[in-house]
Amino acid sequence: MILLDRVTKKYSRSEGEALNRITLHVEPKEFVIVVGQSGAGKTTLLRLLTCEERPTSGKIIVGGIDYDKLKDKDIPLLRRKIGVVFQDFKLLPNKTVYENIAFALEIVGATNREIKNTVPKVLGIVNLKGKENNMPRELSGGERQRVAIARAIVRQPRILVADEPTGNLDPKHAWDVIKVLEKINRYGTTVLLTTHNQDIVNKLKRRVVTIQGGKITSDRAHAGYKQ
Amino acid sequence: MKRHLVTLWRIITTGTVNFMRNIGLAIAAMAVMVVTLTIVLFSIITNATFTNTISQITGKIDISVFLKDSDTPAQTTLVIAQLKKLPNVKSVQYLSKAQALQQYEQQNAGNEQLVNAIDETSNPLPATILIKPVNLNQIQNIKTYLTQPAVFALQSDAPTYSGDREAAINKITHATDVLREIGVFAIVIFTFICALIIFNTIQMAIFNRRDEITIMRLLGASTSYIRGPFVVESAIYGILSGVFSVLIINAAFLAASNALQASSLGLLDINYANSYFDSHFLSLLGIQLALGIVLGVVSSVIATRRYLKFKTK
Repeated sequence: MILLDRVTKKYSRSEGEALNRITLHVEPKEFVIVVGQSGAGKTTLLRLLTCEERPTSGKIIVGGIDYDKLKDKDIPLLRRKIGVVFQDFKLLPNKTVYENIAFALEIVGATNREIKNTVPKVLGIVNLKGKENNMPRELSGGERQRVAIARAIVRQPRILVADEPTGNLDPKHAWDVIKVLEKINRYGTTVLLTTHNQDIVNKLKRRVVTIQGGKITSDRAHAGYKQ
Repeated sequence: MKRHLVTLWRIITTGTVNFMRNIGLAIAAMAVMVVTLTIVLFSIITNATFTNTISQITGKIDISVFLKDSDTPAQTTLVIAQLKKLPNVKSVQYLSKAQALQQYEQQNAGNEQLVNAIDETSNPLPATILIKPVNLNQIQNIKTYLTQPAVFALQSDAPTYSGDREAAINKITHATDVLREIGVFAIVIFTFICALIIFNTIQMAIFNRRDEITIMRLLGASTSYIRGPFVVESAIYGILSGVFSVLIINAAFLAASNALQASSLGLLDINYANSYFDSHFLSLLGIQLALGIVLGVVSSVIATRRYLKFKTK
């Protein structure tokens, strides 16, 4: 589902590699946790997957799409296939909760009826019923993150990428968010989650990839991991 | 087809809703647009008024050809017919001796001494041909015709358009031509400055919301679906600013019409300006709307471009 082959990313000539010859293979329906200190290269990895950045060298294939052959005009099409949850939520400030989630459907050309049927269901999954008409600024951090997740899953993507989705949340809300990601994974979505929260890693019992200084230093299934 | 219409409808409604939700930013941007569009409208009306005043001045200038009393009607008719055939001749009018006297009496109705002086003698005024040229700067062909020996022999005196008078009239026509050019130049300059100011204003408004564009890009929205609502919003700015600028000028005329009734400020005839505004109301409104919409739309298309680019390397 996700294949990175000897991928290197350098932001400038003077600096070192943000990612150094990373090779990673993620199977469909897998739940992979990427851990590492701040600056280790986790976010760069996700930015490469969403084509916010292009690799300096190496090959990336996601959902059968070879990024080397991807033209600028096709990037939106790729992004529509991947659900992304950002650490800083990235909600549209001038849209309500409902509109933020509906927007993800509008851009793929969903009909009004599809939007009306789907958005309330997704709001139910992330426990945000009753908050449809709130603006993002009226929500707590945990609620905003759940809106971001709802927006990422509403198109039922085959791949969901979550960049430190619990980074700004207290433990209770953080765990709520993780439970939603687990639920989505059970429905068949491949999930790639980055975190530096050891508690979450221990509780989830999934495959863990560790990045340090731009290199993968370990890639192992958690002791309690069942595929 | 239906899908395209749904998308278009979503873009329009989103743009309108965004306009309402960002009303503070919208008012700030529109305030600047209203001021600049008002200046452009003012310069258009001022230019029309100047042009009118200039036309009135130059319209009064004609060439009078004084005929001898001994000229036969056939000779006069021939001269008039030949004059009419000349290029750059707008009209040719013949005044007989009696008509010339009548006109003289009318022109000097307030001065009895002058009128009586003429009445006491037999009519000394010559029959006159009045020639109005199309363009005062290009009357050389008329002058050449009038100075032909055969034609000159029929004249009792030199034509009015000669000597010192000619020099004075030339100065006036030169000055009016310069004023006309300044008027057109002012409109062009004001419109250019207006375009720059509006572009910067909309660029600032979009700069404030660049994060929204980035987010929409990350979610996979197409360029047109991101840009569309911004274009609609800017078009709304343009429409409202155009209407407001016309309303402001209208209000200014209403306020000024009482205070400046029948008065004029040098070359700026307020009454003419008012009537010009009234008679051209729809076309002026159209110009302002078109200017507002075009500048708004073009500015928003250019301003969103930089935030829509992908990082390709």
